[in-house]
Amino acid sequence: MSVVRVPPALREETGGAREVEADGATVRELLDNLSSSLPSLGERIYDGEGIRPFVNVYVDGEDVRTLGGLDAPVREHATVVLLPAMAGGSARAR
Amino acid sequence: MPAPANSLLDLIGNTPLVELKRLSPPGVRIFAKLESQNPTGSIKDRIALAMVDAANLEPGKELLEPTSGNTGISLALVAKLRGLKLTCVMPENATPERRTVLGLYGATIVDSPAEGGSNGAVRLAQELAAADDRYVMLFQYANEANVRAHYEGTGAEIVRDLPRVDALVAGLGTGGTLMGTGARVKEANPDAIVAAAEPVPGELVMGLRSLEDGYVPPILDVSKLDRKLLVSNAESVAAVRALLEFEGIFAGVSSGAVAHVARRIADDLPEGSTVVCVLADGGWKYLSAPFWHETDVEESMEGTLWW
Repeated sequence: MSVVRVPPALREETGGAREVEADGATVRELLDNLSSSLPSLGERIYDGEGIRPFVNVYVDGEDVRTLGGLDAPVREHATVVLLPAMAGGSARAR
Repeated sequence: MPAPANSLLDLIGNTPLVELKRLSPPGVRIFAKLESQNPTGSIKDRIALAMVDAANLEPGKELLEPTSGNTGISLALVAKLRGLKLTCVMPENATPERRTVLGLYGATIVDSPAEGGSNGAVRLAQELAAADDRYVMLFQYANEANVRAHYEGTGAEIVRDLPRVDALVAGLGTGGTLMGTGARVKEANPDAIVAAAEPVPGELVMGLRSLEDGYVPPILDVSKLDRKLLVSNAESVAAVRALLEFEGIFAGVSSGAVAHVARRIADDLPEGSTVVCVLADGGWKYLSAPFWHETDVEESMEGTLWW
């Protein structure tokens, strides 16, 4: 089981939880598993064939787009981070 | 010795490389390219000059750019020396240092609402440019001259100065440094790894954005990156401190992230490899930041996207 960290923009789909759990030995398996347990969360990040363009998925700190995409391996007890795609530049929130 | 320069603009680029001997793992050499040595102290001087010259403004036209960061300062210098007017649009809560320095260079500042963040500044700048045809927005996120400046400058200098480069590490902002420098480094060594260091945005920064606000810069092609690694604020600051303590380099926050990734990549490379990391700016512009003294770095940096 891996821990999936959920950004504020997607917490509506997890009942406010910052972290959820999901299972899978590849990113595809993990996202399929996440989509079956939390369909509305899955729907917003993954369309069954690809990760949506404005979402980044990281496994142990690395973007899966440079690790082989959906076929990238996920180790047991990995940390998966979901983030909205954001461009750099000094953006201050307060 | 080089001849005296005719203009400060002639001193943009050709930044030095320095070996990070104490931060390199045994058998691998890490070199840092010190972009703080550009005239305004950051890598953005390169793209400001390239974008302004590529735009070739007609008389009566003025520059307008949404920026409260290094790009604004670089554009302000280039605009001044090219005799052009510059307006910078920035969130009203941008730091006083940024406002002061832009004002001293002669730029006009237009405020956008704080709650809109940098996206709000982009929107307001687009509205202003659409309403007044005097304004030309160079928009670094979509400007090919940004990539070209790094291909012809940063990247060409690196392959000129080092016999072989096995990995290049740079920060991911617009994607210009990684795309341009990366392409040039891969031309010289097709097996070279191009790695991006990316900040973990704080909860407060992300809280303002929905996925629909997501943005991938048009000049960034993620498929051209070999690695793309998230770096936490705590890791970035720890590496900023290590750069200062072990190498005497006073660098900015993104440079800390880049140095952190360079060390991680170096650990995985065979003996005899060479890694180049591009350090985008110095630490001077971040002196008012809380993280130099706070023990809880993550909490103190939570509300801001630092690069």
